This record gives sequence, C-alpha cells and structure tokens, in this order.
Amino acid sequence: MLDNLQLLFVWAPVMNVQLILDGIFVGAVFALCAYGLALVWGVMNVKNLAQGDFVIMGGYLAFAMHQWGIHPIVAMPLVMIIMFIFGWAVYRLIIKRVIDQDMFVSLLATFGLSLLMQQVMNLIFGPEVQIIDSHLPVFDAFDNFVTIPSVKIVSLVLAAALAVAVVLFMKKSRTGQAIRATAQDPRAARVLGIDTDRIYAFTFSLNAAICGAAGVLVSVIWVIQPFYGIVYSVRSFAIVTAAGLGNLPAVISMGFGLGLIEQYTGIILGAEYQVAAAVVMLLVVLIWRQIQMRRSRQVVR
Amino acid sequence: MSRNNTVLYLVILALALIGPYVFPAYTQQMTVLWVMVLMASTWDTLGGQMGYNSLGNITFFGAGMYISAIVQISMFYDVAAYTSAFGAIKPEFTVSQYYTGLFLGIIAGGVGAVALSLFFGTFMFGLRGPYFAIGTLGLAVAAGQLTGTIDYIGGGSGISMPFFPGEIEFRSLFFYSLCLVLAVAAHFLLRWLYSTQFGLAINAIRDDEDKAEAMGIPTLKYKQIGWGIAAFFMGCVGAIFGNMVGFIEPVEVAFPTATFGIFMVAMALLGGKGTLWGPVLGAVLFHVVKEATWTYLLGWQWVALGLIIIVNIVYFQQGIVGWLQMKYPERFGITVDSSNVQSDSKGGTA
Repeated sequence: MLDNLQLLFVWAPVMNVQLILDGIFVGAVFALCAYGLALVWGVMNVKNLAQGDFVIMGGYLAFAMHQWGIHPIVAMPLVMIIMFIFGWAVYRLIIKRVIDQDMFVSLLATFGLSLLMQQVMNLIFGPEVQIIDSHLPVFDAFDNFVTIPSVKIVSLVLAAALAVAVVLFMKKSRTGQAIRATAQDPRAARVLGIDTDRIYAFTFSLNAAICGAAGVLVSVIWVIQPFYGIVYSVRSFAIVTAAGLGNLPAVISMGFGLGLIEQYTGIILGAEYQVAAAVVMLLVVLIWRQIQMRRSRQVVR
Repeated sequence: MSRNNTVLYLVILALALIGPYVFPAYTQQMTVLWVMVLMASTWDTLGGQMGYNSLGNITFFGAGMYISAIVQISMFYDVAAYTSAFGAIKPEFTVSQYYTGLFLGIIAGGVGAVALSLFFGTFMFGLRGPYFAIGTLGLAVAAGQLTGTIDYIGGGSGISMPFFPGEIEFRSLFFYSLCLVLAVAAHFLLRWLYSTQFGLAINAIRDDEDKAEAMGIPTLKYKQIGWGIAAFFMGCVGAIFGNMVGFIEPVEVAFPTATFGIFMVAMALLGGKGTLWGPVLGAVLFHVVKEATWTYLLGWQWVALGLIIIVNIVYFQQGIVGWLQMKYPERFGITVDSSNVQSDSKGGTA
C-alpha cells in the first residue's frame, strides 16, 4: 500500500492525471444512473434496486447490436427506445401494483426483478466479462504515461449531452412540467387534470432509457457482466443518498467524486477493493447522514 | 387450540426424527430445510414482528462461519500457515479435538455474531424503512467483499474445514440433528418471546416507532435484543453449515446475498410475515418446491426464483398464514385474551 502511494505521489505523479481522467469518465456514467434513480425516487417514491441491471441490460443490447455490425454510438438511440418500452412494460406489470404500498414492498419487488434480469442475461449471453471494441483512436500523453481512448471522450460528451437534454426536457416541456407537478403533490396534480398514472409510467420508462444509455457507455469504456448490476445500484444509492433528491449539481459532483474514490482505491489498496469501495461509500454516507440528522433529533427515513 | 398445537408439534417432531431413516439419501436436503426454517424464523423477528426489513442477516451467517473456522483451527494449528498452504496441510484432528473444536466454534460463532450485531446495530438502527434494508444489504455485500481480501483467513480462495472423524452416514446424521435442535430451540424461544412483553414492545415498534418511544419503550434496546437473537442463531447455524459443507469461501458460501440472503426474506413473505408459523410453512414449501423442480429447470431455476419473489410480493403480499388469518379469522386469527379486554374497557379505552 505504501509502495503504491509512493508510486503515485513520488515516482510518477503524472499517473494522477490518468486516475483523475478515468474517474471523471466513469463518474459521468455513475451520475447518469444516479440521476435516473433520483428521478424515480423523487417522483413516485419507488426505490429501484434493479437500476444497475437496467444499466447492464443496456450494455448487453449494445453488445448484441455490435455483433450485428451496428456501432455502439449509433446503437445508443435504439437502445434507449428499447429500454423505454421495457421500462413501460415493467411499470405496467410490477411497479404500478406496488407504488402505493409500503416502501419495502417496492424495494423487494425490484430486487426480485434484479435477480430475474441478471439470470436471463446470464442465460442469453453467458457469464463471461464482455467489452465492445469501438475501433476509435487512442491518444497518448506525457510519454505514454497517460492513455486517453477517444471513445471515453466521446462517451463523456454524450453523457453530458444526455444530461442537458433531460434537464431541458424536465424544465421546458409540458410532460416535464407534469412530472415535476406530480412529484410535488400527486393529488393536486390529479385534480388539475394530469394523468398521474401515465406520468409515473413515463418517468419510470425515462429512467430505464437513461440507464440504457449509461449501459451503452459502460459497455464501450468499461466491461459488462450479467452480475455487475448490483454494484451500479449500490453506487446510485450512495450518490442519491449523499446528494439528496432533485439536487442535480450535487448528483453530478458526487458521481465524479465516487468515480475518483473508486479509481484511487483500486490503485492504492488493490483492484479487489474496488467493489468494496463503492459499498463502503454507501455505508459511510448512510452513517454520516444519520449523524447529521441526529443533531436535530431526526432519523433517516 | 393448544391441544391441536401439541398434536402438530408431535407430528412434526416424529416426521423430523424418522425422516433421515426413511429417506437416507435426502438427509442433506432435510438439513438444509431446517437451516432454512431457522433463517426464515429469525429473519421474521426483525422483518415481520419489528418492521425492520433486513436484507443483511446473512452477514451473521458468514461471520459465524468464519469465526468458528478460526476457533477450530487455531486451537491446534497456526491459522495463517494453514490457510496459506491452500489445503496442502491435511490436519489430523483426533476425535475429542474435533468435537471440542466444533462445540467451541459454534458457541464462538454465535457469540461473535451477537457482538457484531450489537456493533452494527448502534449505527444501523438509526436508519428507518428502506434505508435500513439498503444499508444492511450494503453491509452483507461489503462483508463478502472485504472478507475476500483478508489473507489470514484464506482470502478469496477460502478455507477447508477440519475433516469429520467418522463415517459419512453418521456425519450427515450428526449435522442433521444439530440443525434440527437449533431450529427447534429457536422456534420455542421465539414462541415464548412473542408472548412476553418483548413481543408487545417490538410489535409497537413496528406499528409506530415514534409513539412507542414516546410511551417510554427503550426502542434501541429492544431492537438490539431482537437483532442479537437473530444474529446468535445465524452465527451458530453458519458455524454448523460451514463444517457441514467442509469448505468455506467468502462470496458463494459464507455471504451468499443472492441465494440464502434473499431466500430467507422470500420464505418469510411466502408463509406470511409477522406470524410464528408463517416463516416455517414458507420455508418448508419453498424448499420442497425448490428441490423438487430445480433440477428439471435446466438453468432457468434462478429466473423462476426471481419470478416467485415478484409474484409473491406483487400479488400475494400477506402470505399463506396471513391469507388464512384473513379468510378464516375464527380459526387462525389472532385471539385476544378476554380478561385483558375487560380491564381495558374499564379504563375507558374500548
């Protein structure tokens, strides 16, 4: 561990550039997933534990299309459309029935969904770790110490564009306004003629589409495997719990922060701690929130 | 009612005792059945009776397993040397060494799990509702991941446990009876606890924790006790299970969040949470159906599991016993002691 610290800060400080860049590239994806989770959580009060599996499913859809010869960047809108339809179906079959019930019910139902999706993907694509080769050029900097695949830059730009598009959609469009109204007060929204059921379905499907897009990015800049979904769910929960609902700047900065923390833990402590880092971050955030709440004699609920 | 119960207990006991003699090939499955009954019942202490839905009780299962492994091996060997040899050292335990090691290991597993639950409880019980579920799930995943990095106990490649000094039939019967005794002990302990003030207190916490606290119930203490009881049994059964399997490894055997960790919740919900018999019934049904159909599903069994959980949660939330209570309240409903009711009505609350 000390060796690794020395390597980072004494021998080759330029490696920090690589880590920070990687952290930002990965963090953008985390921020996307977390934004989707915060959307569903805030609007319909459903805590979606299948969030990470939506991401992995998006990745596998891109992987399948890549095998048919469609470039993943081109496939992204297609994946988003498919995931949107999938999200709508999931809402109709499962979420609609648990939405007005005890919160643990929605949590467990989505956990069941997560198991189901993992296993179906495992049966279709096999348990191997997959990656999509995007065939885009790779840049080197600082005497080959830092490598920047241009696909990562493309994905960062895409993630940013998607985030801006979603935010504009929520702010400007009529549907976006209806979603925000429903989040504020579902009953009043219903009185004012908003079909809240349709809004819920749309929100959940939008979340699935955002996750699908994030999954495409994951499949080109990182790796996908049927059982990696739970880690993305945990990361999203950590980010949302720390940032709060509906606080977009905080979600984005927490996403980048988590990306950086994971990259640094992976280098300093070893790669086997990388998953643990995400989970421990969630626990740390939960405990920290509790200490904050305890000052005002409240609990985290 | 009580006479029926006695008959029921005797029938179950008789089935449990003759089971391994009639179907000796299925002793292992029956052992797992008792493990599952125990898991579902102790999960229900928190999840059903107290309203704290934990997804991380499996942490104590794995903790008990590892603690007992360390205790059993360290009594006669150096653990670090043992694990770094990757099973190359074939330890010779004499019969008395094995049994004392196992006994102390089970006790240490249970006590260690209780200590861990008290420690985790201090910060986990400030979380309510879904946050508690997510936090405990995180705890279980983190425990599995972090245990895999500790070289002292074998890291990700695991430890092989001491060999059982005896014949294979006797071995399976021995572990069967251990699990049976533990499950029965847990059942009667919980049955007694639910009938005491402790049961009322944890039900009050489930119904409205803030009001319970305002009424002067020391909620944190009760929550700690409830989780401690669950942790003790999970730790003990983890220690037994580790010895029964013979080889322990962090992610699949010790902290199986996606199998046993979710099975216990699914079983308690299937049978009906918040009831004494629900988890038992759910565990038996779940395990029998699982064992009977699993091998014919050819890889689709996990898909079926996900479907069962979803259908159970979405369409059949109250569970079997809950449904019976609703359908036949005079036969299965909660009986109210009439003497209490009268004293209540005198007080003007009725």
